Amino acid sequence: MLERQGSIELCPDGPLLLRGDFEILGADGEPIDAHRKTVALCRCGLSSIKPFCDGTHKASGFRTEE
Amino acid sequence: MRLPEARGNASDALFTLLSRSERHARGSGGAIAEAVAGAEDVLTDDDLQVALFVLYELHYRGIDGVEDAWEWHPELLAIRALIEAAFEARLREVVPRPPRPEPTRRAVADALFELTADTGGPSLSRFVARQADESQLREFLIQRSIYQLKEADPHAWAIPRLEGVAKAALVEIEADEYGGGDPARMHAAIFAQTMRGLGLDDSYGAYVDQVPAITLASANMMSLFGLHRRLRGAIVGHLAAFEMTSSIPNKLYGNGFRRNGFGEDVTWYFDEHVEADAVHEQIAARHLAGGLIEAEPELLDDVLFGASACLTIDGIVGERILAAWTTGQSSLRQQVTA
Ligand code: FES
Ligand SMILES: [Fe+2]
Ligand SMILES: [Fe+2]
Repeated sequence: MLERQGSIELCPDGPLLLRGDFEILGADGEPIDAHRKTVALCRCGLSSIKPFCDGTHKASGFRTEE
Repeated sequence: MRLPEARGNASDALFTLLSRSERHARGSGGAIAEAVAGAEDVLTDDDLQVALFVLYELHYRGIDGVEDAWEWHPELLAIRALIEAAFEARLREVVPRPPRPEPTRRAVADALFELTADTGGPSLSRFVARQADESQLREFLIQRSIYQLKEADPHAWAIPRLEGVAKAALVEIEADEYGGGDPARMHAAIFAQTMRGLGLDDSYGAYVDQVPAITLASANMMSLFGLHRRLRGAIVGHLAAFEMTSSIPNKLYGNGFRRNGFGEDVTWYFDEHVEADAVHEQIAARHLAGGLIEAEPELLDDVLFGASACLTIDGIVGERILAAWTTGQSSLRQQVTA
């Protein structure tokens, strides 16, 4: 990924996509296994697999401001 | 995989031809042309769908006892073209045309999210979550195995046909489908593990003889879209719709297996798809489909067609399984004794 170390993409009405070099730490400071290179973090607050998105934002009509 | 059983004159003629050496090819085109002409509905025609499935498998893993050289034999390509023309025409007839968005990334993504939104009607995933018993779960896996054991393969045909944003997006999704470099995490391999967990045969193509024509049609549609560069918009639309209708149903499928007492070794496949496809759907809608339309706006209708075809055909597959189950029947052609 050349110069870039990590990036966060704001998906309209949806999650945050994380790419590149990142680490997700839980409240206890322990790393959370991301399972894949690009992850979607929930920002609607309704996911059943937080911190990851599970698509629930679509059913709940979550809207982001742009 | 094993050569499946013929389901009529066309597949019988084709399979007989394939059992010979490619150098001694001699016509089965006549029988196929007759079957195509006589077919009431190609989508549910067992004879033509199993013939097409086998013709496509020559491009994937091959068929036991069939010479690999058949793959590009002109006679077979001609036969394939005959079935494909009827198949594509029928798809274009039955698949509804969604409203056309502006050819921008954002508008295309919005249109796809709109098209794929859950309508809340009766669904296979809700049935599986609430009431499917163990033998129905097994049937469900058998139906799915036709595609899931080669999960992501038909869409991979599109990679060299795309450029830029869309290509990077497709590779980003496909790399995750293929386990991100770990063969044990490959989605097809995780699905095989789920099959073994229910005592099923996880070898490639083991249950082709058991599934109805429409299930084969669902897989054949992906191969049709994937193998023709002309239809690259359709395979992109197909993948987008597939990813965008996956996370929530997979949560329900997983719940059905948990309710029947199965553990994480069996539910991993579904749990993985809840999480992975919440990522994939964003990439597929915005960068793959949206990115493709920004680069090649003339493909908009094909992207919508592919997405709508995915929803329509897989919708029929689901309805038929549900209809069988709710009347106490099996959705398979023959009962499987596991
Ligand atoms: S943002 Fe997708 S579930 Fe919350
Ligand atoms: Fe997958
Ligand atoms: Fe996926």
